Amino acid sequence: MAEPSMRESYGRALAEYGAANPRVVALDVDTSASTLSNFFAQRFPERFFNVGIAEPCMVDVAAGLALGGFIPFANGFASLLSLRALEQIRSCVCYARTNVKLAASYAGISDFKDGASHYSITDLATLRALPGMTVIVPADAAEAAAWVPIVAEHDGPVYLRISRAGALPVYQPGTQLQIGRGLALRPGKDLTLVATGAMVGRCTKACEELALRGFDARLLEIHTLKPLDRGLLLQAAEETGAIVTAEEHSVIGGLGGAVAEMLSEARPIPVERVGIRDQFCPTGRDLDKLMDACGLSVAEVVAAAQRALERKSTKI
Amino acid sequence: MASLTAEKIAELEEIARRLRLDSLRLIARRGAGHPGGALSAAEIISVLYFHTLKIDPSRPDWEGRDRFILSKGHASAVLYAALSRRGFFPAADLGNWGEVDCPHQSHPDRLKTPGVDMSSGLLGHGVAVGAGLALAARLKKLPYRTYVLLGDGECQAGIVWEGVNTAAKYRLSNLTAILDNNDVQLDGPVHEVMPLEPLAERWSACGWHVIEADGHSVRQVAEALELSAAIHDRPSLVLAHTTKGKGVSFMENNAYWHGNVPSPEQLKQALAELGEEGHDG
Repeated sequence: MAEPSMRESYGRALAEYGAANPRVVALDVDTSASTLSNFFAQRFPERFFNVGIAEPCMVDVAAGLALGGFIPFANGFASLLSLRALEQIRSCVCYARTNVKLAASYAGISDFKDGASHYSITDLATLRALPGMTVIVPADAAEAAAWVPIVAEHDGPVYLRISRAGALPVYQPGTQLQIGRGLALRPGKDLTLVATGAMVGRCTKACEELALRGFDARLLEIHTLKPLDRGLLLQAAEETGAIVTAEEHSVIGGLGGAVAEMLSEARPIPVERVGIRDQFCPTGRDLDKLMDACGLSVAEVVAAAQRALERKSTKI
Repeated sequence: MASLTAEKIAELEEIARRLRLDSLRLIARRGAGHPGGALSAAEIISVLYFHTLKIDPSRPDWEGRDRFILSKGHASAVLYAALSRRGFFPAADLGNWGEVDCPHQSHPDRLKTPGVDMSSGLLGHGVAVGAGLALAARLKKLPYRTYVLLGDGECQAGIVWEGVNTAAKYRLSNLTAILDNNDVQLDGPVHEVMPLEPLAERWSACGWHVIEADGHSVRQVAEALELSAAIHDRPSLVLAHTTKGKGVSFMENNAYWHGNVPSPEQLKQALAELGEEGHDG
């Protein structure tokens, strides 16, 4: 992929922010050369702790560092953080309300060469369900970097989901990011595409495709899955009457789940979810093609949009 | 090493006795709790809260205070008894322990109980969290020590050893773990459920300085804790040999009393064996 990778952009931003804020410390689990927390480690070796292949331990040590007044960024693979260390995250970060930042790299299916064992397609579902957790999914490399200071300065636990790869650039430098406030990237009146992470860029293409077919699609980027931007979503539901969600995650419990839960109570309208269909995805040679093969293609978004439009028009 | 005076030893022993009485009364009144592991830790808690820990009940958030994590959070009754006797909150606050409007939770909650440095409940976290606190002290160049009390059954959890490794790697000499080695867990004797011995050798092999002590001797516990603070190149483990349910004949070494509540008659007998007096309060 030609785009800069999200992990590199994040890693450089963390090191840069570390220079400005001496309270920031970083931890890793023998993956610093992959998560690229090693930029931070090289600059601030005294503030970097590698605990070996032990994600639960990293989260607990991070909780202790937070209790001691620091702002720890715990770096690891999203799959291991969200599965193996989930109890630590729940007990010692959320329940104990420690100011720990979980930088969950290699998220979604971005570790395409390593396969299903390494993919993380349920992390948004589990992390979102934890009381007190904030869940953020940047859309591209530049946005990943822009989140670092905001996440650090937010008082409370944050799960920051980082792709191994790049993504189609969508973030306009200078755009003000705010936790819990989605971004309206494109106006539209016929339906709304609601995307997060790498699917935001794909949805910009889907909007163009839909325009060629005569449909005026709105595009919202929901970078914060929790707390969800109810206001922006309700307005879109009201004004466009149909929604398609898109995420590099299972259709169970992630962005689609969050949006459907909220709208089913507040304003039931047709909602179609684009995501991974309750399956373990295969290994790939190329992330773009793998995403296409796993139900995340632009064509899938367009097809979902047409289903939503049809349901809207037939009032199903 | 400054040895404890006979007077101080008698005082700490008396406090341990009262912590046992308090714990059993609290558990019986609530109708829930974990008496066995509270009783086995009474001397350890007495020494920590009334001799070793540098703490100030009027400033529970004082940055320079020593930290204590009750990793075996189910022994909360003895911790609450000590915190209230030490002045962190009035004993009356525990009058409705277990009710939804009581701030003090079944297991320690750092956000709700003054003096609790870390929430606990599910076993295994104390050593790793303590390692993080010890790293923070080192980075901030603060002289506080971090103490963690864990159980022997707890050492069956892998996360304990992940924390052990980390504390050893960073040579966290400002961290002391205390192992309440009572050899009884929920389902039976630890050596039957999942043998852990030789615990001293295992912790030592992992890079810890191990000090063995009779966990029911306040003098030995106090001296072991003092010795641990004098070790400057590695974390320390005080391997405290204890008896589960210590002090109550029918509770001693009996797994049933890990998490069961005495009947009124049993409570009466237990309190009598512990030398209950009318003015114990």
